[in-house]
Amino acid sequence: MKSNVDIVDLAKVELREANAVLQQHNAGGRAAHFKVLNPEGAHALACGLDAPVIVEIDGHTGYYCAGMNKTAEITISGNAGPGVAENMMSGTVHVLGDASQYAGASGHGGLLVIDGNASSRCGISMKGIDIVVAGDIGHMSAFMAQAGRLVVLGDVGADFGDSIYEAKLFVRGKVKSLGADCIEKNMADEHRDELAELLARAQVDANPEDFKRYGSARKLYNFHIDNVGAY
Amino acid sequence: MADLDKTPRTTPRKAASFDDYTLSEIRRAAATGIYDIRGGGAKRRLPCFDDLVFLGASMSRYPLEGYRERCATNVVLGDRFAKKPIELDIPVTIAGMSFGSLSAQAKEALGRGASAMGTSTTTGDGGMTTEERQHSQCLVYQLLPSRYGMNPDDLRKADAIEVVVGQGAKPGGGGMLLGQKINERVAEMRTLPEGVDQRSACRHPDWTGPDDLAIKIMELREITAWEKPIYVKIGAARPYYDTALSVKAGADVVVVDGMQGGTAATQEVFIEHVGIPTLPAVREAVRALKELDMHRKVQLIVSGGIRNGADVAKALAMGADAVSIGTAALIAIGDNDPLLEKAYQALGTTAGAYDDWHEGRDPAGITTQDQELAARLDPVKAGRRLANYLGVLTLELQTLARANGKSHVRNLEPADLAALTVEAAAMAGVPLAGTSWIPGT
Repeated sequence: MKSNVDIVDLAKVELREANAVLQQHNAGGRAAHFKVLNPEGAHALACGLDAPVIVEIDGHTGYYCAGMNKTAEITISGNAGPGVAENMMSGTVHVLGDASQYAGASGHGGLLVIDGNASSRCGISMKGIDIVVAGDIGHMSAFMAQAGRLVVLGDVGADFGDSIYEAKLFVRGKVKSLGADCIEKNMADEHRDELAELLARAQVDANPEDFKRYGSARKLYNFHIDNVGAY
Repeated sequence: MADLDKTPRTTPRKAASFDDYTLSEIRRAAATGIYDIRGGGAKRRLPCFDDLVFLGASMSRYPLEGYRERCATNVVLGDRFAKKPIELDIPVTIAGMSFGSLSAQAKEALGRGASAMGTSTTTGDGGMTTEERQHSQCLVYQLLPSRYGMNPDDLRKADAIEVVVGQGAKPGGGGMLLGQKINERVAEMRTLPEGVDQRSACRHPDWTGPDDLAIKIMELREITAWEKPIYVKIGAARPYYDTALSVKAGADVVVVDGMQGGTAATQEVFIEHVGIPTLPAVREAVRALKELDMHRKVQLIVSGGIRNGADVAKALAMGADAVSIGTAALIAIGDNDPLLEKAYQALGTTAGAYDDWHEGRDPAGITTQDQELAARLDPVKAGRRLANYLGVLTLELQTLARANGKSHVRNLEPADLAALTVEAAAMAGVPLAGTSWIPGT
């Protein structure tokens, strides 16, 4: 049975009205399917959703698209501005183009897939979100990353994983440099299996054998004067 | 007679620059190789509200009867854009202090005391606990750089949202909670391993600067259907510009925290040497609001070293809409109580000076996550003490307002004030007592 798709056209309605339509099932948790037309780089679009709704955004978005998402499945058929899926709790956000800075910042859960590249600070302060980037990512990515997984098929900029806690990082390409307390780690079968499952969930075609794993050396977890030069 | 033949000696004298505290700090640094970390705010003498006095009523101002004529204290916060502004019975709120830095019992006590007096409490760098929400009739939820525990459900449960840019004890500094206080519950709320030192970021992860902040505020409003007032809290660094930029970014309320404002833990050098005192910060924030024609449209909350009703009244007279207290609230519920002197001495300190809050060994059960110590604090009794204290602040505030002929505390004005020192006159922008001179004008 073909589901009904409700159209939300930002050429015809203001952002508040558009978001109110997308958020209308937050209290009841009912499923629905929306298509958003003419986003034209709108900020804070489709943020704060808390229902198993499908939202297809036809174009580029501005800051904080899908911010604090819970359970919704959001697809951006274009590029996403800074902070896409920031503080996401659950659900899925799929960017078909590139993403700007802070993609998935402080995300607590859910899956963020970026088909293109992501700019600097991708996965900054991540707290449980899974992020899969098919292209490259910029500098200071996974800064203070606490939990979750960041997978990068392309190359990674400088100071990757600086001051990382327990997040897991997988990279297929080159890493320009690692940040404080971030080290390359052994890639065992259990890690390859975990990565394979995540790649499959993100519907990204890549061989786990080609990846390296990075994580915390845990040397800076408690301040020690002998480590002062590392900060 | 023989004594007179001895060469007289001068009295041993210590250098003013190298007093006992300074010498002890040099020795401590030499022994440990690390800077001193402590809680609280600036401890040195600073120009403050004590340097101002109210003029009172006279021939040209009629006083109100102290026990007969009404002097209202209510305040509305956040009616610029929010659909549901906050209405408080008194203009004294409880500042943000985290569960983690404080025990669950202490947070509950703050909620009970504030709710009894019709005012608000504020979360902190660790998210919202169910106990805190349950016991605070009006709760402000902080959005901090760390984003520990941040989630849209709690955002919607809050009565207001406070975007924290900085705090007076450490403008430009991030949070700090050492491993001793990261127990299982605190670790889970912050998604951290147990026992690690938590040094949270000094900048937000997804915005920098006022232009970004405007968009961040818009996102928060969109997530909460434009219902909640949005506060922006700034440490008193450049309060004129920061207040103006907060207004430009769309804040409903600006919170300015002077350098006397406390922190759970940070470096002593940061606390004592970064930021400006509350007194000049109020004046600068009010100046920005007036120049933008936003005074009383965007409300101003002032914090940092507020101790009594006179401080509250003077802050309001200078143009604040409300004040916020942190350290004083902790003292009201039992922090640094001389009744615990033996326990403080066992920690190498004395009641009134205990500031190693980060170590989690607080005998009062307030700045600790040790369950045995925390159980010493009865949240019901402590809440009652806080309510009593807030009540006294309010009575003192009303007393001073009536003495200046005001039927509402918000009508207090700079013309009711005089300064006792040249520096206070210059900083507060009120005349030196006995003159019409305001230095710098």
